[in-house]
Amino acid sequence: MTHQFPSLSPEQKKELSNIAQRIVAPGKGILAADESTGTMGKRLQKINVENNEENRRCFRDLLFSSDASISNCVGGVIFFHETLYQKADSGKLFPQVIKDKGIVVGIKVDKGTAGLNGTDGETTTQGLDGLSERCAQYKKDGCDFAKWRCVLKISDGCPSALAIAENANVLARYASICQQNGLVPIVEPEILPDGNHDLQRCQYVTEKVLAAVYKALSDHHVYLEGTLLKPNMVTAGHSCTTKYTPQQVAMATVTALRRTVPAAVPGICFLSGGQSEEEASLNLNAINQVPLHRPWKLTFSYGRALQASALAAWQGKAANKAAAQEAFCTRAKVSLRGHEWLSLMMNRH
Amino acid sequence: MTHQFTTLSEAQKRELHETALRIVSPGKGILAADESVGSMAKRLAQVGVENTEENRRQYRQILFSADDRINSCIGGVIFFHETLYQHSDNGVPFVKMIRDRGILVGVKVDKGVVPLAGTCGETTTQGLDGLSERCAQYKKDGAIFAKWRCVLKISETNPSRLAITENANVLARYSSICQQHGIVPIIEPEILPDGDHDLKRCQYVTEKVLAAVYKAMSDHHVYLEGSLLKPNMVTPGHSCPTKYSPEEVAMATLTALRRTVPPAVTGVAFLSGGQSEEEASVHLNAINNCPLAKPWVLTFSFGRALQASALRAWRGHKENEKVATEQFIKRAEANSLACQGKYTGGDNYGDANQRTYGSCHAY
Repeated sequence: MTHQFPSLSPEQKKELSNIAQRIVAPGKGILAADESTGTMGKRLQKINVENNEENRRCFRDLLFSSDASISNCVGGVIFFHETLYQKADSGKLFPQVIKDKGIVVGIKVDKGTAGLNGTDGETTTQGLDGLSERCAQYKKDGCDFAKWRCVLKISDGCPSALAIAENANVLARYASICQQNGLVPIVEPEILPDGNHDLQRCQYVTEKVLAAVYKALSDHHVYLEGTLLKPNMVTAGHSCTTKYTPQQVAMATVTALRRTVPAAVPGICFLSGGQSEEEASLNLNAINQVPLHRPWKLTFSYGRALQASALAAWQGKAANKAAAQEAFCTRAKVSLRGHEWLSLMMNRH
Repeated sequence: MTHQFTTLSEAQKRELHETALRIVSPGKGILAADESVGSMAKRLAQVGVENTEENRRQYRQILFSADDRINSCIGGVIFFHETLYQHSDNGVPFVKMIRDRGILVGVKVDKGVVPLAGTCGETTTQGLDGLSERCAQYKKDGAIFAKWRCVLKISETNPSRLAITENANVLARYSSICQQHGIVPIIEPEILPDGDHDLKRCQYVTEKVLAAVYKAMSDHHVYLEGSLLKPNMVTPGHSCPTKYSPEEVAMATLTALRRTVPPAVTGVAFLSGGQSEEEASVHLNAINNCPLAKPWVLTFSFGRALQASALRAWRGHKENEKVATEQFIKRAEANSLACQGKYTGGDNYGDANQRTYGSCHAY
């Protein structure tokens, strides 16, 4: 704690800060299209489409080849490793398709969760081995940001002190390595909505988790201005009997963030967790209207909440491509700006 | 970390938050008049005055009899224990004099620094014993906020990990106890300017210290909205050969705070450390004009930087009292402007050229 040793040059800091600012530019959020092969399997199964490489490519192509105006709402796209090296129908590599639209390319770099012995089913996340070399390669292959997901859960005995400390530490290691390689790390400490806990409980746990995360980032000398946070919104557990309004969710969420996330962090991009597209948009809209000072951008990093309608419209059939893209574009526009803005835009034309 | 147990009711939180807001209302800062008997000895010795209880009373009276001009400049006054129970020449309790002008009364509650064995001259701060009962009594006696000072220093080996965690912990314990009694804790983790380290070193250490402080606050379930921070500005060491502009000091200070102090903290009131009155005001002004977003109020909690001229003008002579009070009012008004970014400076600040702050990526 006594002496500073250089971690990043001013030029490196500037590059990271600029990338982060571009991703969360006003009105923009992130499309999380980084579902692992296993997770894509679950998505495709719902519309009776076989989980093979071509079908995965086809669906991502549908999203990425949407109208260029999508870049008004999407600042960054998170890729899964496989997708980074796939091509659009046009023959162009996907990262190039995205970059041509002025959207920043990101990559999921974690290797999934691993059990923490002696805990009640809690996990940490692996993927640090050789991460530096992988980041360097991803940067060459067109990526400018990365994502790493840690998972915590709420129950009678969870999250434990170990789970909180271990996940915060591994997120900080990941963030530090990314920055050395010119990648902006998106830090994702997801607290699952499973359970019957109420809104207050989720807020309390979120505050404890985020305090630990930012202490770890400080300990690991991470440059906060060149990072983004991808947290859960503060919500009641799925089985909680009390219903809360978007305003209550918003107030609990913003309060938790104000107590833990330093102003130096340029943007907070919420995950949608198990929320429906509609729910996620309503909540985010309410969050941006909370009458408390919010020094960071508050936007989305949605997977399901941006893709569900598109997936349902597609059904695996080429003929449905245009309709599916339309559905995707609508969700992207509505996610941040809300319905009023959308009707306003539509009434203008 | 699993379950929340109630610390404060909604009403208690509201009271604490509102008190904090009042102390740092726009244009207002804090007069730190809480010098211990030992510290007062040093101050009075400088102007050839004997360190007696009566002289200390007379000196504080000079400050507290300032006219209404300070009502819009001073949101709170920090008292030393002895002063809380003293009166003016007319028999009016000092506490009453201050409260009647709508200024809030605070009290220093720590009991000074004690060494940390096995470190290189580092300290922690004592005063936790019976603190709860003392807070309850101070609240009855008119105090609504408190102050606790921890001290860290920069050297080849310092601050050590132990010094950082121990001081952060004791600050959090103190804060937690205060809030239980409706008293807003001012948290002061002072990093001394002694040494020849440069601006960057001070910034780095400040960031590490404040990160530890706020982690401790979280661990101790302190209600941030009902607290205030009293940090050092980020400056080079006294013996550093490099000179830095106010804008550089401002950029380094604000960058450090933005990386560590949660937006929920109601206000940041800087200590002046060894700075002169003018230096402190100029720096505060530059901080408030720095082009980085500031989620908290940035104001002053000055001792010497509000009182030095008044003390010198007084020199223990009754006939100098009015002049001395006037000196204090002048600095109060200057700092009121500075905490709004509107201070155009005393004799040496002069020109109205655009100040350049430089790129924040260099910090």
